[in-house]
Amino acid sequence: MSQVALNYLNATKGLKSWFCTLDHKRIGIMYLICIAVAFGLGGFFALALRLELISPKEILFTAKQYNQLFTLHGAVMVFLFIVPSIPASLGNFLLPLQLGAKDVAFPRLNLTSWYVYVFGALFCVYSMVAGAVDTGWTFYTPYSIDSATSVISMTLGAFILGFSSILTGVNFIVTIHKMRAPGLTWFRLPLMVWALYATSIIQVLATPVLAITLLLLVLERTMGIGIFNPALGGDPVLFQHFFWFYSHPAVYIMILPAMGIMSELVTTFCRKDIFGYKMIAFSSLAIAIISFLVWGHHLFVSGQSDYAAMIFSLLTYLVAIPSAVKVFNWVATMYRGSIQIKAPFLYFLGFMFLFCIGGFTGVMLGALSLDVHLHDTYFVVAHFHYVMMGGTVMAFIGGLHYWWPKMFGRMYNETLALIAWAFVMLGFNMVFFTQFILGSKGMPRRYYSYLDQFQPLHAFSTVGSWVLAVGFILMAFYLIDSLLNGKKAPSNPWGAMTLEWQTQSPPITENFLETPVVTHGPYDFGMEKQS
Amino acid sequence: MSMLVNKPHHVAHHFASEAQEFESARLGMWVFLVQELLFFGALFVAYGIFRWWHPQMFIEAHHYLSWKMGAFNTVVLIASSFTMVMAIRSAQVNERKPLISYLLLTLLFAGVFLGVKYIEYMEKIHHGLLPGHFFSAQGVSEYLHLFFGIYFTMTGLHGLHILVGMGLLVWLLVRAIRGEFHSEFYTPLEMVGLYWHFVDLVWIFLFPLLYLIG
Amino acid sequence: MDTSLQTESLLHTGTTFFPEGVGPFASSMDSLFYFIFWGSVIIFVPLILVSIYFLIAYRRKRENQLATKQMTHSTFLELAWTVPPTILVLIVFVWGFKGFLHMSVAPLNSQEIHVSGKKWFWEFSYPNGNKGIGELVVPVDTPVTLLMTSEDVIHSFFVPNFRIKRDVLPNRYTKLWFEADKVGNYQVFCTEYCGDGHSAMLAVVRVLSAEDYEDWLAEANSGDDLPLDKLGEKLYTSKACATCHSTDGTSRVGPTWKSLFGSKKAFVGGGTATVDENYIHESIVNPGAKVVAGFDNVMPTYAGSLNDREISALIAYIKTLQ
Repeated sequence: MSQVALNYLNATKGLKSWFCTLDHKRIGIMYLICIAVAFGLGGFFALALRLELISPKEILFTAKQYNQLFTLHGAVMVFLFIVPSIPASLGNFLLPLQLGAKDVAFPRLNLTSWYVYVFGALFCVYSMVAGAVDTGWTFYTPYSIDSATSVISMTLGAFILGFSSILTGVNFIVTIHKMRAPGLTWFRLPLMVWALYATSIIQVLATPVLAITLLLLVLERTMGIGIFNPALGGDPVLFQHFFWFYSHPAVYIMILPAMGIMSELVTTFCRKDIFGYKMIAFSSLAIAIISFLVWGHHLFVSGQSDYAAMIFSLLTYLVAIPSAVKVFNWVATMYRGSIQIKAPFLYFLGFMFLFCIGGFTGVMLGALSLDVHLHDTYFVVAHFHYVMMGGTVMAFIGGLHYWWPKMFGRMYNETLALIAWAFVMLGFNMVFFTQFILGSKGMPRRYYSYLDQFQPLHAFSTVGSWVLAVGFILMAFYLIDSLLNGKKAPSNPWGAMTLEWQTQSPPITENFLETPVVTHGPYDFGMEKQS
Repeated sequence: MSMLVNKPHHVAHHFASEAQEFESARLGMWVFLVQELLFFGALFVAYGIFRWWHPQMFIEAHHYLSWKMGAFNTVVLIASSFTMVMAIRSAQVNERKPLISYLLLTLLFAGVFLGVKYIEYMEKIHHGLLPGHFFSAQGVSEYLHLFFGIYFTMTGLHGLHILVGMGLLVWLLVRAIRGEFHSEFYTPLEMVGLYWHFVDLVWIFLFPLLYLIG
Repeated sequence: MDTSLQTESLLHTGTTFFPEGVGPFASSMDSLFYFIFWGSVIIFVPLILVSIYFLIAYRRKRENQLATKQMTHSTFLELAWTVPPTILVLIVFVWGFKGFLHMSVAPLNSQEIHVSGKKWFWEFSYPNGNKGIGELVVPVDTPVTLLMTSEDVIHSFFVPNFRIKRDVLPNRYTKLWFEADKVGNYQVFCTEYCGDGHSAMLAVVRVLSAEDYEDWLAEANSGDDLPLDKLGEKLYTSKACATCHSTDGTSRVGPTWKSLFGSKKAFVGGGTATVDENYIHESIVNPGAKVVAGFDNVMPTYAGSLNDREISALIAYIKTLQ
């Protein structure tokens, strides 16, 4: 073996050099590890849930344990995994690299965010061992006021995790405004950066509302201040409004960075300039803004006024259009490209397929009358899994494969990646397409037991979850294996144009030997022909 | 003042220039304050909704609050904002002794504010006007406890922000005494100043909404 | 699942995605669904086919192969895929809103029935003073308005065949209306998560023909001629006791009734007692007074929902379960 070049991974040694690091790349890796653990944990809960649902009778868990399982699955996946997933791990690693900067604007704040995340996660873990919360991840009042389980620790956990998210958002906004390399104008930014920018805006504006809402819930349980408690003159629906004022934009915290990754993947693997750069960039911002005005579509059957429902429905359709435009732009980008089908591009294709289904079913749910029938059924469960898992998780994994050589300097096994992808796609559709039918036929969500007639479909869905699990286990295996035995990665294995590929793999501690000067757009593949 | 030696400031490694560092800090602070605004914003919305539902109860409830103490505290906080501005100005013109005095004064005003708040709280506790389960006062209106639930949450969180601000002021004071702030470098002063004005501003909304209803 | 009545199958009736539709909302809603569904197929399938074509036609064959054309925008294309979808979703929006308004305004001549959601059963109060649990009986071809409220947490009343759903809130009334145009038994679900018995919080809408409905009204208070323990057995399922109490010794949300009578129980917060008539009566009327150790205080009061004869009947029934 030849001498390994000095890089951010081997620059300093020992645990302390990691836990006290200010290097955005190391912090990104630390997030990545935490997020992978959270995903494993949430996935484990999901498998347990599906196993119980293979029969309408009691198999492994009582009704209470089942309720705790689906709550923990939701809470872990939302607060610990998917909200921080792309921005905090890949975003942290990439943002300064793509900007040609040495680090984010506030490195110490960045490390603090990670510690805040871990601190919040500890609260969540405590809640799991100390009488696992059973309210559902939405904590709806008054159930969450009365529940005898450990609601407070989970609520505080989510509250603290929210601050981690806010601080990361503040950091990214300032970094994008102030840390760009010379010549890197706004319209030369990679679309991943635009996506992270829009995401950060939502993180900063929406998360504090969740924070105060959860704080009020804690006060409700400890002191009974009564704002959300109907028994004391309060209003439980107000809680839902506050909760979704955060949690709907949070959906876009999850999907916008995924869309950013899509733009990076399609350009690189087609060697094409992106089609409709400005449309994609501005649609990210448009989504970020409109996303604040659609929360009421979660409350169509709650008894809010018909006119409020009408406006929320209309705005919901307006926010769907920019997402559709992006999909069309990506397909157009493939036109007359030079397309190379590698693992990251497979996940690009997977995203396109699954996200479209998620989007179309979203159009169904946004229709006021249809939502009355479909609300709180398995149809909704299937819909948001198509968007969140079929969208965000696919993009996250695609991005992880894409930047893996940059992060660790190693290549993974391409054949195993293809097999794992096939398992994931097959398993995912088995689990969740079935649930569309279950839901529109009337199967309500969060049900421990169900009518006997639904059993065949439930059983099929459960078998699908095993296929899905095999795919993810295989993926974990070959990715870890690549760290030990993988081929050494060149600095630019995919022939990409953005700045992170112009430094070595893995990069040195301060990213670039000398600050790059940018003279062209992020996907200017046309230049190669001329030169 | 020239006999005091100013400590030179070193720009952090990842910034290209002092200006970039300062601009970044200021933008970051503003973005953070927007976050704070939304944090309190949700509480103001809750206040608005409950006041709309129970206008009579809110009018009755505010009679239990002393508008004189509230007004006094408003004046104290506005004065503290002024001394904070003067502290920054003193740093900009390299006057260290006034800088330290103004910071001390700001700290003092903050302490006075919390002292008055403490007296007010004790009075409420004495009359059983606590939120939730602890509420024991008898009022004419139903749901009087809701007002005090909102009152204690809002003023409590605001008080917490004052307390955090006092911690920051002590930190500034230590650095000011060490001579770290001068015309070349006063970023932390400016940032805490922004925070302090925001906290004042929240009070300027809280005072009429809670004390001067009806 | 313990439901005394067999309901129409949801899965095996109706279309691929919907159970059989009953009442005024189903046809418009189902058409809207299939309009979106086929609209989506018409967009989705070509999109996938085009992508596959691109994948094959423009596949990279040499390592250094470049794209044959760089194209960064086309106003025509961008308008073509922005404007038509916008028009389509606006049609969907108007269609959905019209249907929604139809559902929210009940006809003036509708019959009003009060619905109360409690953990974990539905109670229905009819205009003539009758009450029923777990079974909503309505005449066919008659508009019915449900005036709903909850005694504890939020529930939601959902009848898939009727395509209706509305949250049921504590301290507030919400409304729902329907008009069943076909005789049959239809499944009711609770669709807002409400705790351990959420998935057992079921009910049945019995739609009767006009004559059967008259008969039902006439014999509504029957049961007077049944012996007490038989009446108790009937009430065990019809009043939803079975949701939480088993009769075969298995432990559900509440203690089993098997060998309950005469047994000695320890209570939450100390104290013990032997289960006798007075204890059972108290536990039905004021369930929180003495909660058996190991169980949560979750049972709602049945005071007002059961008359004295019915409580005696339940006691008699429990006595038989030795």
